Amino acid sequence: MYEGPVQDLIEELGRLPGVGPKSAQRIAFHLLGSDPADVARLQDALQRVKDGVVFCDVCGNVSEQERCRICRDARRDPASVCVVEEPKDVLAIERTREFKGRYHVLGGALDPLSGIGPDQLRIRELLTRIGEQEVTEVIIATDPNTEGEATATYLVRMLRDFPGLTVTRLASGLPMGGDLEFADELTLGRAFSGRRTV
Amino acid sequence: MNLYRDTGVVLRVQKLGEADRIITLLTRRTGKVRAVARGVRRTKSRFGARVEPFCHVDVQFYTGRTLDVITQVETVDAFSAGIVGDYQRYTSACAILETADRLAGEEKEPVLRLYMLVAGALRALSAGERDPSLVLDAFLLRAMAFAGWEPAVTECARCGVPGPHSSFSVAGGGAVCTGCRPPGSARPSAETFSLLAALMHGDWECAEASGSVARRDTSGLVAAHLQWHLERQLRTLPLVERRGREETAAT
Repeated sequence: MYEGPVQDLIEELGRLPGVGPKSAQRIAFHLLGSDPADVARLQDALQRVKDGVVFCDVCGNVSEQERCRICRDARRDPASVCVVEEPKDVLAIERTREFKGRYHVLGGALDPLSGIGPDQLRIRELLTRIGEQEVTEVIIATDPNTEGEATATYLVRMLRDFPGLTVTRLASGLPMGGDLEFADELTLGRAFSGRRTV
Repeated sequence: MNLYRDTGVVLRVQKLGEADRIITLLTRRTGKVRAVARGVRRTKSRFGARVEPFCHVDVQFYTGRTLDVITQVETVDAFSAGIVGDYQRYTSACAILETADRLAGEEKEPVLRLYMLVAGALRALSAGERDPSLVLDAFLLRAMAFAGWEPAVTECARCGVPGPHSSFSVAGGGAVCTGCRPPGSARPSAETFSLLAALMHGDWECAEASGSVARRDTSGLVAAHLQWHLERQLRTLPLVERRGREETAAT
């Protein structure tokens, strides 16, 4: 145990996800030896993220204004909406530079075991958005795990009654750079059922 | 190196660190086991897809100091494929997993009967041949029998007088005769009592012939009985989608 502020800092850092006691101690001593200007910059960044970041009124992504950068961008196609679980998924899809439409962040996935049902997610906002705006395609990009698949199933059921709306799901299959023999049955089965003509 | 191998159903997964998960399994020989699966959240994980909820798997564990570590996984039955494609089946299956997790008790205490019940219920849900609500209620009734809380249906829970009876008391332990009936007891229909008995004894012909009112009442009684004895609410039960018999037949 260290004394006073150093121990407090180690304990606070240790509460962060992925930071164990050893890492917390290392970061605390790094900050103790850092230039005061660097620490002030970190302090300022932490304060600004809590004070200045809000969730976009339209898509639910993190934003500095009422509407996020993507929803404000007139070049993005409003007819195509990609539904994701978390704001970090938006960044992952943006890195591909493949998608030119807009997003809708649900804020998680349907997980009854954690008490998360449809009312805890931004599903109602999605349905309102599709009803009010001219959306022609919804791409469901929830995680390819049990909760993500169940969320996709639920969304498909809710969206199938919208006339003229195409609902698609991200393809899933074998990852690039892997060996076929190590693929599990579920993934390989998906890859087979989703095979395409070349 | 202390390795052991068992067959089990994945009950629950929790995120751990950057790419790991803590997997809770209900196994055939060892009972409930919590073990770390390293790197399974990475897309290149060799067995990430096999340690998802509802998966029935053959697992090799390495005995760790606090938690065991999963070293190899092979699929026995991929129940999740048949379950997640239907929201009603999914919510019913989640309730089965949560109930099993609560009833399994201490870790590494063998609970073979509960394991068999869970695997059987998930198999029935995955096959999709029966109404998910009936499968869930049948599982809950039999799981309660495993825990020692089987509700009395054909005789009075208090004095043992053979039925049929017309009252049901959750606190009293099931059907109660007129003389033993505590205030506030429910008065289910004769069809509801028949359905309770059919679900407990696996009479699916009788269960599937039941009407939607009896099914709804049965679900309510079973949920109330379970939560009374568990002394806590289950998170999943309010989220279980219950559709009428006609709606289920239509889908």
